[in-house]
Amino acid sequence: MSKIIDARGLSCPQPVLMTLDAIASGTDNELQVLVDNEASRENVTRAAENKGCQVKDIQDEGADTRITILKG
Amino acid sequence: MKIKNFFSSQWGIISVGAIIGILAPLLQKLGNPGNMGICVACFERDIAGAVGLHRAGVVQYMRPEIIGFVLGSLAAAYAFKEFKPRCGSAPIVRFVLGIFAMVGALVFLGCPWRAMLRLAGGDLNAVTGLLGLASGIWIGVMFLKNGYNLGRSQATHAGAGWMLPLIMLGFLALMLIYPQVAGEEKSGVLFYSLKGPGLMHASLIVSLVVGLAIGFLAQRSRFCTMGALRDLILFGQTHLLSGFLALVVFALATNLALGQFKLGFAGQPVAHTAHVWNFLGMTLAGLAFALAGGCPGRQLFLAGEGDSDAGVFVMGMIVGAGFAHNFGLASSPKGVGPHGIAAVIVGFAVCLFIGFAMKKTAA
Repeated sequence: MSKIIDARGLSCPQPVLMTLDAIASGTDNELQVLVDNEASRENVTRAAENKGCQVKDIQDEGADTRITILKG
Repeated sequence: MKIKNFFSSQWGIISVGAIIGILAPLLQKLGNPGNMGICVACFERDIAGAVGLHRAGVVQYMRPEIIGFVLGSLAAAYAFKEFKPRCGSAPIVRFVLGIFAMVGALVFLGCPWRAMLRLAGGDLNAVTGLLGLASGIWIGVMFLKNGYNLGRSQATHAGAGWMLPLIMLGFLALMLIYPQVAGEEKSGVLFYSLKGPGLMHASLIVSLVVGLAIGFLAQRSRFCTMGALRDLILFGQTHLLSGFLALVVFALATNLALGQFKLGFAGQPVAHTAHVWNFLGMTLAGLAFALAGGCPGRQLFLAGEGDSDAGVFVMGMIVGAGFAHNFGLASSPKGVGPHGIAAVIVGFAVCLFIGFAMKKTAA
């Protein structure tokens, strides 16, 4: 199962907070984080990797970006 | 996963901090005020003076560095397809936070950038200021952990994203139309200082070029002094902090090389030794920056890449400078202003209200 986190329109640190909460709490092994700016993409990716997670895929979808994270 | 943008890497943010750390003391050497090669709060306050929002005669100058920060960021955002016009994340709250961020910064006499530059120049009062900054950000982090947020922004028309850059272009045009005239307090509609920090400045072209370069680099690297401490406290992350530390180290080395280092508390340039108010002024500023999501520099860079909510925060800071000097809230080298203490207390009350009130879950 994959959990979707919609962090579009939110600025730092909210997207990172939501991602880390989901990594810490949920039972889903895969997370998909939607962001709409480069800084959030970099920050979410960096935070996930720092937590020992694997960033499986980064997909541009129009103005948004979908980051797929596998929990470590 | 490789990060494609070098400046967002660890070495990228360190090099940007180092470049700012070298350029700021050089600007001081070329004419900017002492330990104030760059101070976002002080320079926005000077801009408020230049357009007559306050009439404190010693701090009136249209600082090209600020104009450059916004336009440099705008150029970087366009060059790398990151210009994203957006608006609507509680703009009036950001305006009010901008006002009190400025009030707190002017009680201390400097933004986080200047706090670091003051430290790097040997001004030990900066230690109290930086401890205050960290305390304010820590309070902000507590709110963030409890669900504080200002809500989502929305994509909007490019014109909205252009508003603050256009205001800055307008300011630059005014400066070119009404240049400083030696010995005159006014040139056309603009006010200039005849003495004090407002008279001390590098040449327009040098200030503008340095501002543009820093604006460009800071947009690429997301350099943020508040974020440096916030991410450390909130996530234990040291990415932005490494840029922050690089700034201090390189500014210290540059000051030593230029003979601009003087260690001590007393007699420091544009500073006072009221320790409690240095601490609490920066606590208030740090809290306001944390609640608004960026230090004053970062707000300028965000505004340059189309974030008009950050632009509203900037306007709040400029208006806040008007209040700060008209109401006697700002400190001077003699000490805190006659109503500075009251303003800090009011500022805390307002920021705590905002921290508790803005908790709607991001739906």
